[in-house]
Amino acid sequence: MSFIGRSAKALFLKELVSGMALTLKYFTKPKVTLNYPYEKGPLSPRFRGEHALRRYPNGEERCIACKLCEAICPAQAITIEAEPRADGSRRTTRYDIDMVKCIYCGYCEEACPVDAIVEGPNFEYAAETREELLYDKAKLLTNGDRWETEIADRLRADAPYR
Amino acid sequence: MVEAWNSWIWPTVWIVIKILVIVVPILLSVAYLTLAERKVIGAMQLRKGPNIVGPFGLFQPLADGAKLFLKEMIIPSGANPGVFILAPCVTFALALIAWAVIPFGEGLVLADINVGILYLFAVSSLGVYGILMAGWASNSRYAFLGALRSAAQMVSYEVSMGFVIITVLLCVGSLNLSAIVEAQRGMWFVFPLFPMAVIFFISTLAETNRHPFDLPEAEAELVAGYNVEYSGMAFALFFLGEYANMILMSGMTTVLFLGGWLPPLDIEPLNWIPGPIWFAAKIAFCLFIFIWVRATFPRYRYDQLMRLGWKVFLPLSLFAVAVVAGALLAFGWLPTPVAG
Repeated sequence: MSFIGRSAKALFLKELVSGMALTLKYFTKPKVTLNYPYEKGPLSPRFRGEHALRRYPNGEERCIACKLCEAICPAQAITIEAEPRADGSRRTTRYDIDMVKCIYCGYCEEACPVDAIVEGPNFEYAAETREELLYDKAKLLTNGDRWETEIADRLRADAPYR
Repeated sequence: MVEAWNSWIWPTVWIVIKILVIVVPILLSVAYLTLAERKVIGAMQLRKGPNIVGPFGLFQPLADGAKLFLKEMIIPSGANPGVFILAPCVTFALALIAWAVIPFGEGLVLADINVGILYLFAVSSLGVYGILMAGWASNSRYAFLGALRSAAQMVSYEVSMGFVIITVLLCVGSLNLSAIVEAQRGMWFVFPLFPMAVIFFISTLAETNRHPFDLPEAEAELVAGYNVEYSGMAFALFFLGEYANMILMSGMTTVLFLGGWLPPLDIEPLNWIPGPIWFAAKIAFCLFIFIWVRATFPRYRYDQLMRLGWKVFLPLSLFAVAVVAGALLAFGWLPTPVAG
């Protein structure tokens, strides 16, 4: 009996037809694709994207060249040189991040006592040459100016959990 | 001058026009078949498929074509250049010349020959030469193995396809494709010969090296099979040939089982629609099944493929030939032979 049942199943392609019915059902279902360049998924306030150096509202740069980020960076992607400025305050003369070395662990952000270096929400900074990914201080400060509103929002949203 | 015009130049020009009228829509449908395939498979996998180039991705085939056209065609140093270049041309040309006998509508056929189905069968069998030549001329292991598999597979499935065609021919009494379609005026052959139609369709899947029988290009083991070494326009010719073959096989299924250009029921609103449109719609339906099958089933193992061909389809189709012939004789349904 089971032989006849199995033969009948095989002869009438029962399994194949039920499989095809399943794919046909999925054919008409709504699609889950995110239409990426036009639609984007939500980002957590802790998302670690492109780096930025922030400024105080009066325009003074936050970084005090304590070099904690340089020290903690596991990939040794950060290079800082510093000397006292004319007004006597301690500032960096050089702040480079090698974005190719960086592993986006976020330790620099955590180490920073003045919230100067942060990893922002931007992840679309692909470049055509390697050199474009060797960020210097000017580039990082520009990033900070461009993304300041988003970065401030993210820090505010995440503050209760830190 | 007038003599030469009437007896030679004008007929030649006329036949060239007729060929273009057939070939250009076929090439266009090949281009859009690739898009349809990506769209349908995408939809079945809950994706959207190409939708950036043009509205709904409608210009995607043009972009793909332009890309392939601009790519360099590399001839491997170990290859046999003559055969290497000839192979895609053979595949492509064979996929197109078969259309000469396909009737698109009542009397709408380029060559209304009486051995149409034999011609079609012969041309589709010749297709294996393009693949064998490609595999051999590439001088590469992957290509060679792919070509061997492809040849073995196509030869195996042609046997059962031949028997299925014989059952249809027994019911018609003619090898002429137009006569085969006309014989289905009362009832399409899918209904009385349903198991045969299924066997025929599965065999066409194997014949065109489509999923789930796409062992020749099993990318997991053979990289891409017989066309690994091809690039640029030569690859495009293989690709076009493969898809043109799919359309051709759908056309063959339509003519043999789905009543060619005939409407489903010979009643008022349905028979206002011209035959070629019915024909195209039925081909599109078959092609949808081709793609649907691809989206559904995993690839067969090689021994399973051979077992299915020789130990399942061959006995079944042989048995069916006997049954159909017996039934036609016993009930006196034998068709009167058409003259010619």
